[in-house]
Amino acid sequence: MTDALSSSPAFDDAPPGRIERLRGFWRLFRRNRSAVFGLAILALVVAMAAAAPLIYPDDPFSLAGRPMSPPGSDWLMGTDTLGRDILAGIVHGARTSLLIGLVATIVAVIFGTFMGALAGYYGGWMDEILMRLTEVFQTIPSFVFAILLVAIMSPSIQSIIIAIAVVSWPPLARLVRGEVLGLRNREFVQANILMGMPDWKIIVVQILPNCLSPIIVAGSLLVATAILIESALSFLGLGDPNVMSWGFQVGAGRSVLRRAWWICTFPGIAILLTVLAINLVGEGLNDALNPRLRERSG
Amino acid sequence: MSALVDFQGLHVTLPEGADRPYAVQDLSMTIAPGEIVCVVGESGSGKSITARALMGLLPEPKVRASAGRILFEGQDLLTLPKPARRALAGEKLSMIFQEPMTALNPLMTVGRQIEEVLIVHTDLGAAERRDRVLALLDEVKLPDPPAIIGAFPHELSGGQRQRAMIAMALILDPKVLVADEPTTALDVTTQAQILQLIRELQDRHETGVMFITHDFGVVAEIAHKIVVMQHGRTVEAGPADDILSRPQEPYTRALIRAIPSLIPRARRASGGREALRVEGLEKTYRSKGLFGKGRTVSAAQDVAFRLDRGQTVGVVGESGSGKSTVAKMLVRLLQPDAGSIDLDGIDLAPLSRRQLAVHRNKIQMVFQDPYASLNPRRKVGDIIAEGPITIGKDAATARARTMELLGLVGLKPEAAERFPHEFSGGQRQRIGIARALAMDPEVLVADEPVSALDVSVQAQVLELLTEIRDRLDLSVVFITHDLRVAAQVCDSIAVMSKGRIVEAGDLAEVYADPKHEYTRSLLASIPGRDWVIPDLGEAPVAAAGE
Repeated sequence: MTDALSSSPAFDDAPPGRIERLRGFWRLFRRNRSAVFGLAILALVVAMAAAAPLIYPDDPFSLAGRPMSPPGSDWLMGTDTLGRDILAGIVHGARTSLLIGLVATIVAVIFGTFMGALAGYYGGWMDEILMRLTEVFQTIPSFVFAILLVAIMSPSIQSIIIAIAVVSWPPLARLVRGEVLGLRNREFVQANILMGMPDWKIIVVQILPNCLSPIIVAGSLLVATAILIESALSFLGLGDPNVMSWGFQVGAGRSVLRRAWWICTFPGIAILLTVLAINLVGEGLNDALNPRLRERSG
Repeated sequence: MSALVDFQGLHVTLPEGADRPYAVQDLSMTIAPGEIVCVVGESGSGKSITARALMGLLPEPKVRASAGRILFEGQDLLTLPKPARRALAGEKLSMIFQEPMTALNPLMTVGRQIEEVLIVHTDLGAAERRDRVLALLDEVKLPDPPAIIGAFPHELSGGQRQRAMIAMALILDPKVLVADEPTTALDVTTQAQILQLIRELQDRHETGVMFITHDFGVVAEIAHKIVVMQHGRTVEAGPADDILSRPQEPYTRALIRAIPSLIPRARRASGGREALRVEGLEKTYRSKGLFGKGRTVSAAQDVAFRLDRGQTVGVVGESGSGKSTVAKMLVRLLQPDAGSIDLDGIDLAPLSRRQLAVHRNKIQMVFQDPYASLNPRRKVGDIIAEGPITIGKDAATARARTMELLGLVGLKPEAAERFPHEFSGGQRQRIGIARALAMDPEVLVADEPVSALDVSVQAQVLELLTEIRDRLDLSVVFITHDLRVAAQVCDSIAVMSKGRIVEAGDLAEVYADPKHEYTRSLLASIPGRDWVIPDLGEAPVAAAGE
């Protein structure tokens, strides 16, 4: 009996290590060309944000020269209505956008996962209450709600992050609930119950790692939405007044759009490219992490 | 008798990167009118691909017939243009599938789906079509054909759906019928009726039948000719009697040897010490509606049995009999509504979750599905060790015990560092057994532990279970629908039907002289019960491979 087992293919090759699995993942990800393109743009934005204090050590709000100078002369992207360097603003704005996008998403993912996991695992009245609560949040138009929250809390980085997280978690909670609900009745979870494993451990150690892929994909797309919401808030003047941001730049230039197109255009392109890149990467992650789609594209 | 269908050196290629280049390699066989040819093999043998090649249902271009011919009435089906082939399908060649629920469109009435074949292939008027459908539904022995015509698939039982499928396949009186595991999803009593029906219809209409199955019992029941396949190759082919009584090839012999015999093994003497006593166990499912009362289904009523130490009690029944509900109540995955589960002096039934925690390890479960029962994200070593760690053993002890258990279930220690997907179904089931044993249980509840496995692997896992029971002095509650398997592992048996135990007692006695009508019909429905499995002597089971 053991002879048959030793000759089975499962024992012939070495177990895949972490590096091996990462390499396999990269192979799958690479198959989606546009995702690689997105990743490249994203890397550029990240590099720009990281290098901001080195390239433009001065405050991006400081006046650099003559107001509304067109691009190309002394300043690559020109200056705005007050004479601030637009490129400096974009480079520093990347920091704001990425920071808010990431932090707000992390908060939303943690909270949404928590709610969804509880609702999906326990079901019954717990599910009823948590899901009705989620629906309450979903019925309020998210951007209006975000404006309201920032207006109440007074604009600052923290309040913007909180507002974005508050309007972003419900879809995640629903997603995680669905996944957990499906896994909860799988036999391996029942085996864990028989061991007498505490519920929190079953959820965190056994179930959640199995729904990681959809959470990562949804989370990556959430970053893009968060950046858009932040830009929109800043555009409306609800951004943190002490922090340079792309939305603020667009908002500052909109009254002179016909005389000085560059003031709005360059930050607008920055928003567009970043959001597009994140969406492409998110889609690539989805293709690589979701085995069913993987087969269809192969 | 000239051949109706003639496979000549058929090759079907698999896409690059598959575990072998050909799904089917150099297959030659013939089907004559009025003949049932059984293609037998384990999963991955290429038997279904063969059926699909004949029907033109291969998932081309990834999987395609690359060489050879399939002649039907002198024409090569593989080179036939698409429209001509389509005209043949349904009219002269037709097929029944394994899962009648998914093979029927859930949004169309059964009558309309059968009629569809007539609309596509004939010019009959509406009234004539209706008459044809009614006559055929009557022929496949469906009760009340006019009602069935207007019914949707979900309103029929599994057996009725399969009858409707057969009616649809036979409506144009095809020359060739391909049946791909048509009874695998059905209960044993229904299976017996469907097999009977196929045999009758095929006899009356002189149809050539290609019957795909993994079950030698079914083969013994209906085959005229047998083709045994393994890894895409034909291992052995010939008249049914020859192969069933005098198999030549080692693989065929191993397969037949692995079939559990219906002759019960001798009951081992019981020490008389009771391990588990179940009394008056009840469970009712209530589906509560938002409005109104909802429905109640009684899944278990007054279930009672006892199990002596070191013995195995079989709980057998068909789907919906409540046997799985009983299993889940025993390990307290479900809370019983009433009754007692006396485990060595402690009644588990009324205990709260907290009170239960100290006793939980004494009764453990082996699950049915080897793919769903192991967490795909955890290493095998962790899966086995996390139980003991949960009940307070330190990591080193748990680790050492894991290694010991891996050896006990016939796996190498390296297995601990691997993930479940790297193992075959049989090996996973071994891991599942090791996980249950890691808790040092006194009673093991095995819920259909081998029903998802191929027959040769099944034999190995059953042997392992028996061996472990004897070595560790375990008592086992063995849930199964398969009376052959029960005959080989159980000492006593409880037959369940509609939530009740209708007959219980010593296994050999029940098999020899069933008292209850239901038990009698169950025993009479076992496929191939009249076939005396030839004594092929003892040879290493490993020949069949896992």
